[in-house]
Amino acid sequence: MAGSGKAHLRPEDETLIRVEDLVVEYDIPGGDTVKAVSGISFDIKAGETLGLVGESGCGKSTTGKALIQLPKPSSGSVKHNLVELTGLSSEAMRRRRTDLQMIFQDPISSLNPLRKVEDIVAEPMKIWGPKDKSKQQEMVDNILDAVGIDPEQARGKLAHEFSGGQCQRISIARSLILDPEVLICDEPVSALDVSMQAQILNLLEDLKKKYHLTLVFIAHDLAVVKNISDKVAVMYLGKLCEVAQSDELYENPAHPYSKLLLDSCPEPDPTVVIDQTVSDDDELPSPINPPSGCRFRTRCPFATEICSTEEPQMEEIRPNHYVACHHPLT
Amino acid sequence: MNTTTAADNVAVDADNSTSPLLVVEDIHTSFMVPGGEVKAVRGVSFELNQGKTLGVVGESGSGKTVLARSVMRLNLGNNVITSGSAKFRGSNILDLRPKAMQKLWGNEIAMVFQDPMTALNPLVKVGRQVTEHVRHHLGISKKEARSLAIDLLNEVRIPEPENRLDSYPHELSGGMRQRICIAIALACEPTLLFADEPTTALDVTVQHQILNLLNREQETREMGMVLVTHDLGVVAGRTDETMVMYAGNVVEKSSTKELFEDMQHPYTEALFRSIPKTNERSHTRLTAIAGRPPDLIAPPSGCSFSPRCPYVQQKCREEEPPLIPVNNGSHFSACWFPVGTEENQEAFRKNVAAGLPQTLVIEETLTKSSEKEDGV
Repeated sequence: MAGSGKAHLRPEDETLIRVEDLVVEYDIPGGDTVKAVSGISFDIKAGETLGLVGESGCGKSTTGKALIQLPKPSSGSVKHNLVELTGLSSEAMRRRRTDLQMIFQDPISSLNPLRKVEDIVAEPMKIWGPKDKSKQQEMVDNILDAVGIDPEQARGKLAHEFSGGQCQRISIARSLILDPEVLICDEPVSALDVSMQAQILNLLEDLKKKYHLTLVFIAHDLAVVKNISDKVAVMYLGKLCEVAQSDELYENPAHPYSKLLLDSCPEPDPTVVIDQTVSDDDELPSPINPPSGCRFRTRCPFATEICSTEEPQMEEIRPNHYVACHHPLT
Repeated sequence: MNTTTAADNVAVDADNSTSPLLVVEDIHTSFMVPGGEVKAVRGVSFELNQGKTLGVVGESGSGKTVLARSVMRLNLGNNVITSGSAKFRGSNILDLRPKAMQKLWGNEIAMVFQDPMTALNPLVKVGRQVTEHVRHHLGISKKEARSLAIDLLNEVRIPEPENRLDSYPHELSGGMRQRICIAIALACEPTLLFADEPTTALDVTVQHQILNLLNREQETREMGMVLVTHDLGVVAGRTDETMVMYAGNVVEKSSTKELFEDMQHPYTEALFRSIPKTNERSHTRLTAIAGRPPDLIAPPSGCSFSPRCPYVQQKCREEEPPLIPVNNGSHFSACWFPVGTEENQEAFRKNVAAGLPQTLVIEETLTKSSEKEDGV
C-alpha cells in the first residue's frame, strides 16, 4: 500500500478479532489532523499470533490501542467475537476489556515503583475477580509462578526492586490474571537486553499455549516478529502494505517496503554483504500530509505515474499472501 | 582564543605512523557507591590502528560504555576511580590535565552518543552546535564556520542544509538528529571516533543508513573507530575486530570474521544463540541465557560467567580464566573449556548427567531443533 482493500480478510465467523477500515486521526493545534491510521483492515483467528511491523510513526501502536478502544477510533469497525466494539457504551467496553489485555514497551514505567508486586498483580481482581482474599492470593501466586517469578520471594517486594526483564514478567502476570482471550503486546521486548528478550519471547510462547491466548505482537524488530508470529502485517504510514504467513513473507517479500525493511535488518553474519546503496537520506513523510496514491511512493525505487494517482488495493499474489502494490516484486 | 591545534600541544609521535593509534592497557574503572565499590571495568586491554574499527559487544552492565567513557575521560564525579593507561598516539590520556584534555576532545577524539534527543541542546540552533567546537579549536570566523557547517551537513546527507542550520533539534527526526551528532563529531576531523550505541534509539531503516554513513566516513577519513553496541548483528558486517565483554572483563577478542566462524567463549555463543534470526523458521525456540548478569559490587569468584554457563565445572568457580590466544594467535578467549573442544563436550555431558538446569535447557532446545530438522 500502502493501500486499502479487504481481499485478505477471512470469513467473519472464523475470526476472533476483525478490523475493517479502521481510521484513527488526532486533531493537533493549528487546525491540522494527524492521520495516524488510515483505513486498515485485518483479522485474527483464535489462537493465532499476528505480528504488526513497521517504522516508528507507522501507526502500529495506535492500531493496537484502537483494538481496546483507547481511544475510540475515528471511524471503522472493530469486532471481537462478532460484537462491534466501537458501538459499545463505555461501561460495556469496560467489561469487555477483561478479555482484551495489553502489555507495554517500557516495563519499568508501566508498574508503580512504590507498590507491592502482589498488589499490582491483584489489582484487576479487586474489580472483576473473586472477592475471597485467599482465592485471590492463590491466583496471584499461580500466575507469578507461571511467568517465572518466585511468589514467595516477590510477593512483598516493591516494583522498583526488580530488573527490566522481571518487571516485564510482572506486567504479563497482571495482564493475564483475569484470563483474557487476547493479549496485545506493544513492543514488549524492545527495551530489554538480548538475553532477557529471548526469555520473554519464550515465555510468551509458553503462556500462549498454556492459557490459549491470541496475541497481537507489535514490534519494529523484524527478526523478533518473525520468531513469534504466525502471520505478519507490514504497516507504513497508517496503511497496510503486505499480509502473509510469517515464513512466506520473509522468504518472498512482495512489497518494496517489506523488502527495504528486511534488507535493513542487521544480520549476525559477517559474510553477508551489506547493501551500501540503500537510499541514504529518505525519511518517513509526515502523517499530517501523507503522499497521494500509494503512501510509500516517495521512497519507492519502482514508483511510476499510477502510484501517485491510484491507491493500490490488497491483492492475493500467492495463496494467502496479500500485497497492496502496483508493482509487486516477484 | 588559542589557534594552535592539538597536535602542537600534545606529545604526538608523528613519525611513528605504524604504531597503533590507541593502546589501552589494563584499564580498571570503579564507582564508589553507598553499597560498596562497583567494579564496572576490570582490566581491559586493546589496541586500535588508524583506519580500523573495533566493535565492543555485551549486555547492559557489561562495562562497554564505561570503558569508552574511561578512555574518553568522561566519567565525571569524585566517586570514580580509574587506573591503567590509554595511550593515544603515544601519550597517556589518563595522565593529561583537564586543559590538555579539552584540546583533544572534539578535535582529535570525538564521540557519538546513544540518544540523539538528549545529546543536543534543545535551545540552541543546529548550526551553532555543529561548529561551536570548530570555532574554539580552529579559531575560524563565523562566516567560515557557517560554510563548513553546510559542507558537513551535506556530507552527512541532510537535505537543504542552509535551512537546517537555523532549525532547533526538536524540529528534526531522530535519524536527522543523529546525523547532526555525527556531523559535530566529524567537524574537527578527529582521528579517533567512539560511537556508543549510535543506532539503538533508531528504526531499522534509519539504523542501516546511519551505520552506512559511519562506515563511509570512517573509511574516507581513515579514522580509528570504536563501535559500542549490544547487537551482534551490528558489528557483524561493519567492524574489523570484535571484543565481547562480560561483567567488566573481555571474554573474547578476535577479527570479526573469525569470531563468528569459530566462537570460543560460551558467553559469545550464548549471546549469538539468544538472538532471533530472520533466516530461522518462525516459532524457532530461542536459547535464552539463564539467570542475570552478576552483581558488580561482589562479582562471583572464578569465571564471572560461571553461574550462567552451561559448561561450568568446579575449576571455573574457583579460578579466573586468563585471556589467552587460541589458534592463530590473534584470537583471544578467556575460558577453561572453550566451545568446540573435547573438554567442552565432556563438561556438557557431565552437566547434563548432573542435571544442571542451565545445561538441560540448552540440551532440550538443541534436541528439539534437531528433531524439527529431521522432520522437515
